[in-house]
Amino acid sequence: MTGTARARAIVTSRSRPRLRPHVRLQYDNIRAAWALLSPEKVFWPNEVSLDILRLCDGHRDVGEMIAVLAEQYAAEADEIAPDVTGFLQEWSDKFLVSL
Amino acid sequence: MTSTVLPPIGMLAELTHRCPLQCAYCSNPVELLKANMELDTAGWTALFSEAAELGVLQVHLSGGEPTLRTDLAELVACLADRGVYTNLITAGVGIAEGRIEELAEAGLDHIQLSFQGAVAATTEKIGNSRGAHEKKLDTARRVRAAGLPLTINAPIHRHNMEEVGQFIELALSLDAERLEIANVQYAGWALLNRRALMPDREAVERQVEIVENAKERLRGIMAIDFVTPDYFAVYPKPCMGGWARDAFMVAPDGTVLPCHAAATIKTLRFERFGDWSLSRIWQDSPAFNAFRGTDWMSDTCRSCDRREIDWGGCRCQAMAIAGDAAATDPACIKSPLHARMAALIDDATQAGAPEEFTYRRIGKVTLPA
Repeated sequence: MTGTARARAIVTSRSRPRLRPHVRLQYDNIRAAWALLSPEKVFWPNEVSLDILRLCDGHRDVGEMIAVLAEQYAAEADEIAPDVTGFLQEWSDKFLVSL
Repeated sequence: MTSTVLPPIGMLAELTHRCPLQCAYCSNPVELLKANMELDTAGWTALFSEAAELGVLQVHLSGGEPTLRTDLAELVACLADRGVYTNLITAGVGIAEGRIEELAEAGLDHIQLSFQGAVAATTEKIGNSRGAHEKKLDTARRVRAAGLPLTINAPIHRHNMEEVGQFIELALSLDAERLEIANVQYAGWALLNRRALMPDREAVERQVEIVENAKERLRGIMAIDFVTPDYFAVYPKPCMGGWARDAFMVAPDGTVLPCHAAATIKTLRFERFGDWSLSRIWQDSPAFNAFRGTDWMSDTCRSCDRREIDWGGCRCQAMAIAGDAAATDPACIKSPLHARMAALIDDATQAGAPEEFTYRRIGKVTLPA
């Protein structure tokens, strides 16, 4: 692959996000918290972020993710959609999630 | 130390000081350890097990050149078995066929590959190694073929600063996820070679502009981490995220240090793993507790709003420039010695400053007492 072949991925309702291969979400017994491990940084996602990241399995598309989250949070899908897509775009730009 | 010491998150393991390259900017100590001083496989695996128990989530396997350790895959597997994230920091020269696949198989999470130049002539000159550039290109391709994530690391100084744009193109062409553009920090061999490495202000300004533009242009295409040069800074970096706060390093012989240059602070004594447990060192080592928190700080730092952002900056830089490890890092504009940084830049960049390097070699340099 050459540099010019690469383009910024933009999240749509049909994107199927997954954690990138160099990123790992795991439970840390010592700190009793979920940690997201990446090459230089360890992130400590909050509960909402965790619920989104757990659904990033490469199979569900964003529309389906939003439906699941809407049910979990007893919220309207339209209401939470901008937050979910915004989060996924940010994490895609940070190279933590692929779309 | 009265406040609670939280468990460490990260560890830098300098598995060996041996290296096929002789980079003049190396941050290793000038007094390099020979192979017979290195911990053996059992020593490292015992240390890694304790580190995982202590709370370490991420280990950077470095050196010297870590792939010179024939037991590297075994060490990676030991960490992977314990759920620890492993990052291999390599020069990518002379890695035998099949070795990268073996490391991937063992559970390696990520590879960081250094390039001394964006073009062959620069890489060869800085590392004093013929053919190094082509070998690195080949290593990068093999890393991608093995399905491993790749970061390209470009250590920057005056001999390659003008190549920053080319480094960005190189990293893209090698399909790297990340590029680290890391201005050299003057510790170890880099401190010894400071006058030959220091860039001038105009070059630094051009570099900053190129990198900032590239970060914007490549958003979502390649991640760029930019480590700016200390000597041109207004505020210091929170070195290691604060002394003994969430990370530490281990030298090839098992000596445990809060950062890789800490041994330059001669008033401190550092324990070796084996003599003390890792947990005891982290909790109770007087060297680790010497600059923890904010109690040790000078009034300048303790009264500063940034005290828990910068954590006083780099203790080793304070030692090197102020002659006092507890001083405010002279990189900080509030340091009474801040002007010394500018004087050191002027001294190094005036006409007649040396261009010759003292290349990194084991047993080459004896330091004055």
